[in-house]
Amino acid sequence: MNATSTLRIPFFLLLACASLTGCGPGGSHSGEILVGEFASLTGKEATFGVSSHEGTQLAIDELNSAGGALGRKFKLLTEDTRSTAGESSTVVNKLIARDGAIAILGEVASSRSLEAAAVCQQAKIPMISPSSTNPQVTETGDYIFRVCFIDPFQGTVMANFARNTLKAKRVAVFTDVKSDYSKGLAKYFKEGFLKSGGGEIVAELDFNGGDKDFKAQLTSIKAAKPEAIFVPCYYTDAALICIQARQLGLNAPLFGGDGWESDQLVKIGAEAVEGNYFSTHYSPDAGSDKGKRFVEAYKKAFNGKVPDAMAALGYDSAMLLADAIRRCGSTDSQKLRDTLAATKDLDAVTGRTTIDSHRDATKSAVILQVKGGSFKYIETINP
Amino acid sequence: MSQFLQQLINGLALGSIYALIALGYTMVYGVLRFINFAHSDVLMLGAFAAYFLNPSIERTFGPQSIPGALLVVLLSALICAALGILIEILAYRPLRNRPKLTVLITAIGVSLFIEYTCQHRSVFRAETRPFPNLFPSRDFQWLGLAVNSNDLVVLAATAVLLTALWFIVQRTKTGTAMRAVAFNPQAAALMGININRVISFTFGLGSALAAIAGILYALKARGIEPLMGVTPGLRAFTAAVLGGIGNLPGAALGGFVLGALETFAGGIPAISNYRDGIAFALLILILLFRPAGLLGKPQTEKV
Repeated sequence: MNATSTLRIPFFLLLACASLTGCGPGGSHSGEILVGEFASLTGKEATFGVSSHEGTQLAIDELNSAGGALGRKFKLLTEDTRSTAGESSTVVNKLIARDGAIAILGEVASSRSLEAAAVCQQAKIPMISPSSTNPQVTETGDYIFRVCFIDPFQGTVMANFARNTLKAKRVAVFTDVKSDYSKGLAKYFKEGFLKSGGGEIVAELDFNGGDKDFKAQLTSIKAAKPEAIFVPCYYTDAALICIQARQLGLNAPLFGGDGWESDQLVKIGAEAVEGNYFSTHYSPDAGSDKGKRFVEAYKKAFNGKVPDAMAALGYDSAMLLADAIRRCGSTDSQKLRDTLAATKDLDAVTGRTTIDSHRDATKSAVILQVKGGSFKYIETINP
Repeated sequence: MSQFLQQLINGLALGSIYALIALGYTMVYGVLRFINFAHSDVLMLGAFAAYFLNPSIERTFGPQSIPGALLVVLLSALICAALGILIEILAYRPLRNRPKLTVLITAIGVSLFIEYTCQHRSVFRAETRPFPNLFPSRDFQWLGLAVNSNDLVVLAATAVLLTALWFIVQRTKTGTAMRAVAFNPQAAALMGININRVISFTFGLGSALAAIAGILYALKARGIEPLMGVTPGLRAFTAAVLGGIGNLPGAALGGFVLGALETFAGGIPAISNYRDGIAFALLILILLFRPAGLLGKPQTEKV
């Protein structure tokens, strides 16, 4: 690198800063409606972030080709959280303070949504999480919403599924103690399973997300002879746990929550994940007419890729926001918040959505099974 | 009882991975008296080399063939040996006569440089990729005990490499030169030993070991990403210290002890989330009573 080019870089940075501060917050008042999005586009949960982002982008494009809202077009500003802790609050601060976003959409992982929720609540900017299911996310404050069901519901659904469909009386629970999502789901599953009576939790073990060796815990689980094993965690760990369970000759079915839904689960886990179950928000096979139109549009936009639940929820999060903006006729954050809170029976891709008094969505869950390398629809469970 | 034996098998399987990685740390330390923190990243590069080489080799040898797998391992080891030598020439050689601390900090810098460069979207990107099965694996069940063939391969590789390394260091001319450089570099140079060549060889050998360990680790962990080396690297470094750093059989012993401690702690329901904490607390205890490590000899420092 020569002397002139080293000098040139700071100069361009200076120029860039000047132009950004020049049109920063002012940009939201004229022209486009600026919507901020933060997603794990890279890193451990990248397939979630990418799906969610694609769904959101599709919604924004469809809204814009239908004329936008309030006579203005939408503009989606996306930031990557790299699936790491600490990044979400930074990028959301940037989206609000520098770019002047009027609302924030994101994230998938509850731990990262919790981080950003604190920032949004303080700035009084409405935030809609597409798929964070831990109850604490919306408990952060009255500006935080979500379009998905929450873990108490999902945990209860899986407890009923274990007892009624799997006919399991002895269940083991294997929790990722590093993740708020996993701990929450495990807790509500245990409550739901024990409350109904007749069932027994025979082993409870913990691991740290990102571990590669689970055989120590799985050996203890095997010794307790469970009929089914509940493993609420994300797909990379879930795949490895399935592999090592089969290696130890542990043949009881494993089942988890929506954190399992990724094609990486099948790519890494291969034959070891076959026959296992998980609950999620949506299945392309169980869709309404609206759902079918969404699947077609998504396939067209993203080279024939079939949308997963994260994509459908990303889409719904943008649609929920647009619906509220249209109904309140303004992008003022206070009015927007009040209108969002009053959403009732919105016809969304993932089912009819009503925002309850805790700013959570009430809607149904579906159970899928891994079969032949893809996800097969088993049943829908209503709240 | 069968549960205890199963945990012992699990512990040995995990420990043999640590042992294999620890060999590389301890050998470089034995010759150069410094910890090469980039070792865990060369391990990651080895796994990625195998990941990218495998498709073309599978096309010639057919999927999951043993000669094909050996070729993948050999080529990845050669690539990483070259990388290790390059790292030494670029980063450590200019600092040869500076205080040891300078080299140590540089090693941490090299490690971070490799990790974050590889996460860039034009290099490997940050997401996890599924690692292919290089050779067929199967599970053996016997009296309720389960062993995976991959774990046996790791155990065998550790034993073979440990013997080979011991032979190289103790019984060959290059090994004699390595020990001479470790004992006194100036005197070794005066005796006509080409110090640069000996040190390059040491780094090449250490990096080849890292590549082999990386591939075997990836076969167990199934997913590879640029930060995959960090955790096993740290554990293996601890294992090397536990066994007595600089001592080859010590590194292997340290690996097995650490693997077994972690596994037994992880198998107890109420405390399974403290498995690392318990393993490392026991480590501190052991080092309190044997500061030089299990097989290390206490050394008097020259003042």
